[in-house]
Amino acid sequence: MSKEKKMRLTLPEEELVGSGNLACQGCGANLALRYVLKAFGKRTAICIPACCWAVIDGAFPHSCLGIPVYHCAFETAASTATGVKAGLEMVGDTETQVIAWAGDGGTFDIGIQALSGTAERNDDILYVCYDNEAYMNTGIQRSSATPLGAWTTTTPVKFPKDRPKKDIDAIMAAHRIPYQATASIAYPEDLYKKALKAKNTRGTKFIHIYAPCPTGWKSRPEDTVKLARLAVQTCLFPLYEVEHGEKYTLNIKVQNKKPIEEYIKLQGRYRHLKPEAAAAIQEGIDRDWERLLKKVNAG
Amino acid sequence: MPIKRDAKKIVYTSEQEMPQMPMSQGSMLWNKTGSWRNIRPEIDLGKCNQCGICWKFCPDMSIVIENEFPAVDYDFCKGCGICAEECPTKCIVMVEERK
Repeated sequence: MSKEKKMRLTLPEEELVGSGNLACQGCGANLALRYVLKAFGKRTAICIPACCWAVIDGAFPHSCLGIPVYHCAFETAASTATGVKAGLEMVGDTETQVIAWAGDGGTFDIGIQALSGTAERNDDILYVCYDNEAYMNTGIQRSSATPLGAWTTTTPVKFPKDRPKKDIDAIMAAHRIPYQATASIAYPEDLYKKALKAKNTRGTKFIHIYAPCPTGWKSRPEDTVKLARLAVQTCLFPLYEVEHGEKYTLNIKVQNKKPIEEYIKLQGRYRHLKPEAAAAIQEGIDRDWERLLKKVNAG
Repeated sequence: MPIKRDAKKIVYTSEQEMPQMPMSQGSMLWNKTGSWRNIRPEIDLGKCNQCGICWKFCPDMSIVIENEFPAVDYDFCKGCGICAEECPTKCIVMVEERK
């Protein structure tokens, strides 16, 4: 134990997300914002619609974030961020960055028209969707981000979700925005790099972050990071970037794909799953992965 | 022990004291989330290789760096156990919380 040796930190030490917040034990969303704000720094304003983070942040008059927060209505994350950015530009502040920070319900279902409008106008904001695959804040209801076969309170064990997850990244790629990426909390350096790239790009940026939720997925809190890593290693959630909707770059080239069973067995929301259903999930993953590889090789 | 982080809870006794705009007046550090915990992480610094992974993956920012080594801020640690799970040298163990 030598006192001279330095800690090997791969991320900046400054914390803008404070302790004492109201996140559950082992929350993935908390880590996601922590890494994004490490890249964005203090000169940032954030717009949070109804989502887990609206609660995690703390009740008035307290806030655990070291930056200004604007709590807005569920469907308006992107349009509020656009308005905040326009207001800042009116008073001559071109330096402050604006982030719209929404969960998967506020992005995939409720906020999609505002997001689509912002992307079409190419307003200079970063839109981040932290994806925990259901409406976790209101009590685990099914959203269009919920994967095939998963249990939620509105898709009970007898009738698990029968439709696959919506491909939001393809929808955003169809808007031809300057920069979009998928990221995972299990790869913080990759996430940090993508947030920095988004910070230095003008126009609408979109980052889709995979953030496991121990409460809603019925997994152990200590498995949060492990689950996020397994999602990448099984190719369920590949990490890639898209520029102008055309140039696809794969960040983690998975050589030996792990079987989906490894990921499924850690979660209580898949406990009812029969082997045939797991095989159907695996088939869907293989098909999506092949489709993504085609896009990567084409661009 | 790490440096104590603390803040006062803001309580308004009357409507006149409230700010005119609903804006944040203070941090959440008054909320000691350490009381949520039923298992606690303990770090054996003898085995620690200073990789910083526990610090990087702590969702509650309760692993702080002290003299180039990690230390747990028990005021805020919620006891999720990610640090013990991710530690490559297994120098963090989760033990039963003592009263």
